[in-house]
Amino acid sequence: MNGFGILSALTFLPLVGVVVLMFHRGDDAATLRSVRHVALWTTIAVFLLSLVAWGRFESGASGFQMLEQQNWAGGGLVYKLGVDGLSFPFVVLTAFLMPFCILASWESITVRVKEYMIAFLVLETLMIGVFCALDLVLFYLFFEGGLIPMFLIIGVWGGKRRIYAAFKFFLYTLLGSLLMLIAIMWMANFAHTTDITILLKTKFPTDVQKLLWLAFFASFAVKMPMWPVHTWLPDAHVEAPTAGSVILAGILLKMGGYGLIRFSLPMFPDASHYFAPLVFTLSVIAIVYTSLVALVQEDMKKLIAYSSVAHMGFVTMGLFAMNQQGVQGAVYQMVSHGLVSGALFLCVGVVYDRMHTRDIAAYGGLAQRMPLYAVAFMVFTMANVGLPGTSGFIGEFLTLIGAFAANSKVAFFATSGVILSAAYALYLYRRVIFGVIDKPSLASIQDLSGREIAILAPLVVLVIYYGVHPGPILDASAASVAELVKSTQSVAGPVKSAATDQAGLAGLKIAGVNFRVPEQDLRERRASAFSHSAPSAH
Amino acid sequence: MYPLSFSIAHALPETILAVGALLLILVGAIRGEKSAPLVAELAIGLLTLALVVIFIGAKTTATVFDGAFIDDQFARYMKALVLIGSIVTLILSRDFLRRENIDQFEFPVLVMLSTLGMLMLTSANSLISLYLGLELMSLALYVVASFHRDNLKASEAGLKYFVLGALSSGMLLYGASLIYGYAGSVSFPGIAAALKSGPAIGVVFGLVFLLAGLAFKMSTVPFHMWTPDVYEGAPTPVTAFFASAPKMAAVAITLRTVMVAFPNITHEWRQIVMFISVASMALGSFAAIGQTNIKRLMAYSSIGHMGFALVGLAAANAAGVEGVAIYLAIYLVTTLGVFAAIVAMRVQGRSVENISDLAGLSRTDGWMAFFMAMLMFSLAGIPPMAGFFAKYYAFLAAVQAGLTPLAVIGVLLSTVAAFYYLRIVKVMYFDEAAPAFDRAPFAVRAVCAVATALVFCFWVYPAPIVEAATNAARAFF
Repeated sequence: MNGFGILSALTFLPLVGVVVLMFHRGDDAATLRSVRHVALWTTIAVFLLSLVAWGRFESGASGFQMLEQQNWAGGGLVYKLGVDGLSFPFVVLTAFLMPFCILASWESITVRVKEYMIAFLVLETLMIGVFCALDLVLFYLFFEGGLIPMFLIIGVWGGKRRIYAAFKFFLYTLLGSLLMLIAIMWMANFAHTTDITILLKTKFPTDVQKLLWLAFFASFAVKMPMWPVHTWLPDAHVEAPTAGSVILAGILLKMGGYGLIRFSLPMFPDASHYFAPLVFTLSVIAIVYTSLVALVQEDMKKLIAYSSVAHMGFVTMGLFAMNQQGVQGAVYQMVSHGLVSGALFLCVGVVYDRMHTRDIAAYGGLAQRMPLYAVAFMVFTMANVGLPGTSGFIGEFLTLIGAFAANSKVAFFATSGVILSAAYALYLYRRVIFGVIDKPSLASIQDLSGREIAILAPLVVLVIYYGVHPGPILDASAASVAELVKSTQSVAGPVKSAATDQAGLAGLKIAGVNFRVPEQDLRERRASAFSHSAPSAH
Repeated sequence: MYPLSFSIAHALPETILAVGALLLILVGAIRGEKSAPLVAELAIGLLTLALVVIFIGAKTTATVFDGAFIDDQFARYMKALVLIGSIVTLILSRDFLRRENIDQFEFPVLVMLSTLGMLMLTSANSLISLYLGLELMSLALYVVASFHRDNLKASEAGLKYFVLGALSSGMLLYGASLIYGYAGSVSFPGIAAALKSGPAIGVVFGLVFLLAGLAFKMSTVPFHMWTPDVYEGAPTPVTAFFASAPKMAAVAITLRTVMVAFPNITHEWRQIVMFISVASMALGSFAAIGQTNIKRLMAYSSIGHMGFALVGLAAANAAGVEGVAIYLAIYLVTTLGVFAAIVAMRVQGRSVENISDLAGLSRTDGWMAFFMAMLMFSLAGIPPMAGFFAKYYAFLAAVQAGLTPLAVIGVLLSTVAAFYYLRIVKVMYFDEAAPAFDRAPFAVRAVCAVATALVFCFWVYPAPIVEAATNAARAFF
């Protein structure tokens, strides 16, 4: 379809807010209030529009939907947008989280409010663009463009070591991405187009695939971030303002995972199989090592940052299991982590706004003064641990099933990570919330305000809702994941076609959802080199 | 033989500038010192007229003046860039020269003569016309470099530039004479024809000297030594001029020389270009990190950017020429915008040029800080700024030509370069405010704003530049 459509509107609507904000001048209270309201209502409008788009989205279809295309620059570059089950959940997630970010900055940001809001709205455009773009260069444009507003957000409104953190964030991600850019150029040159829909059908030579895979991986691994290139994340998280952390954990990290699903797995299937053991190793190290690191953190934000790295380890593990459960679990885990980690950072922001410290030792016994806060924090902590009934469980469980089918040793170590995550999360909760209030500074601390309740309550509801009813997200991504798994499996062994036969699917029912496990797929795996795993677990 | 009128018609922009410059000297001589504003206005008008002639003139290719001068799509494209550079320089210099008390009518005339040399250089189709154009351009440049003649640094800059420039001209001439001796022709197509059977050792020898001379004009490593000193010493609008128009002309003639005269020994010159390219990128990236003076920083930055542009030239294919053409256009706009911002750096009437003077600019003058920041991101090659597309097209050509390692080296070094561009953004946005700048004249702010708007919105509608560059590249293939 030609012309502009709803996705362009979604992507560029935040810029309308930016234009309106440009006309605001002055620093008086009335202007500041107006600035905040413009930003808030813009993001809410984007969210409502994303719901409209959701209404039009056909869950069962595997291909790209809501396509729009325009001539752009020469040399095979096109302006092409479209979404499928792998990208659309992230579009909605982005649109959903943004109003909370604006609300979370309502009172805590007092200097250069206009610029702050503009940076966030520009960032929203770029983030939605990343998930909608169907041209590689257009994708790269949005992907890299996000560095500029984030650099400014950390550097201008961040904490004490903000400059160090901003530079580290920028240069780390830039270096990884530029290698990907070379790979993009090579692909553009090979296929004479940068249209992703065509590139997905292009078969790249196996030996080149490995190099291309590594180049893309360099970018996405930094973005995810995977061990050992994760070190920018704790710094960036600690120094960023609350809303910056929420966006960083909620959306920016997901771009790495999204890139792996969108590009690495389907475009370079041979290389993905070749490098799967490497990814498994790095994932397991990330899960176990960063969980241990999280245990000893003294800073609340840093602890959550390390836990993010660990949770992203589950995502990469699930992705490279390259089966229906693993990949769907990874998508689910990303969406869930977007909600949960975002919510946890918001929780930290709540107490930080009151006490201006993130030291765990400065808190204790908050349950007595802040019962509502304690409840909200508990729900998110449990979701972070992966307690059944919260959204965290579904993603973690599915990725573990997927990993178990692919490689049982990996699953074994990863499962131990679940225990460790319970350890650090509960330990944090105990130190902050339980105990007696013996610190005089905490004696008069206030419970959640109306604004904070408005921020946290929807997240509590969603985390539990998606914990008991994961259908909407899983259904949305099922068809696209099946297509993806088919394309990666088709190079793994000589027997293929029957694997996709819908009639030959075995059903597995968890929490009211059908996981369609291709029987052929299972049989193949039993006989394959991975057979030391135990698929009979199904 | 063509009639002279036909030749003149194809060299109409040059004719306008040559006649115009002579008339302006007369105006200046008759009306004396007070004529400077009038002469400057007229010079801007004549340069704009030449630009308009290029846009609306014939789109055909013709070789005139006995094969010494070629008028093709590529020449017209590069001439447009050169003229834009010169026009903007004159606009920026108006207020600056008046404040520094060096507002004399010779300045616009010298810029015009230099521009005339650049236009001839861009169209040169033989070694003789190459040298004529190069020297006309350079002689005027030596003078404008030390135009602030009471200033010690400006005099030093002019002298350094002259001595080293004379050396490079000598090398270029030596190379040209060797090439003529072994190829038996001074015209580019004639040299190409003589080299059909392969490289003669004398020609390769001459080629090295020729490229050394041209590398000096492009200010690329290892012939870059003059650049930081001259950039720092020259009055800021003159530095803007050095960073823009002459670079366009120098890269244009380098490109034309190797593409037209030496297409049969691509392997030989590609090694040289690749070395120059990598060395320039590396030096430009690393040496700029320690700079405290923004003009020196921009000098190293320009060295680095020439290295990036030459990545496209090393590809030696149509995409490469296109990449270089796009790169130069975007670099021109960005660099003019940055220098407009530097011209605007004045505290209580005194011009300042330390990076630390920019501290906290976002608080004292939000728009200028925003312009400067966006231009810096563009120079660093961060999308969606135009600088990203510049690098994209240049590196794309290298990848297409199988020079992927060169492209990889390029992107790694551009990460290093990103560091010091970011540092400027950091100084403006994250640091505590230094004394506020005086409000810059409207023209300077306008140049900065227009440049930023072009750089910022390039990605929305890149087609005009990309198409023009594609057409320009067709001149050689």
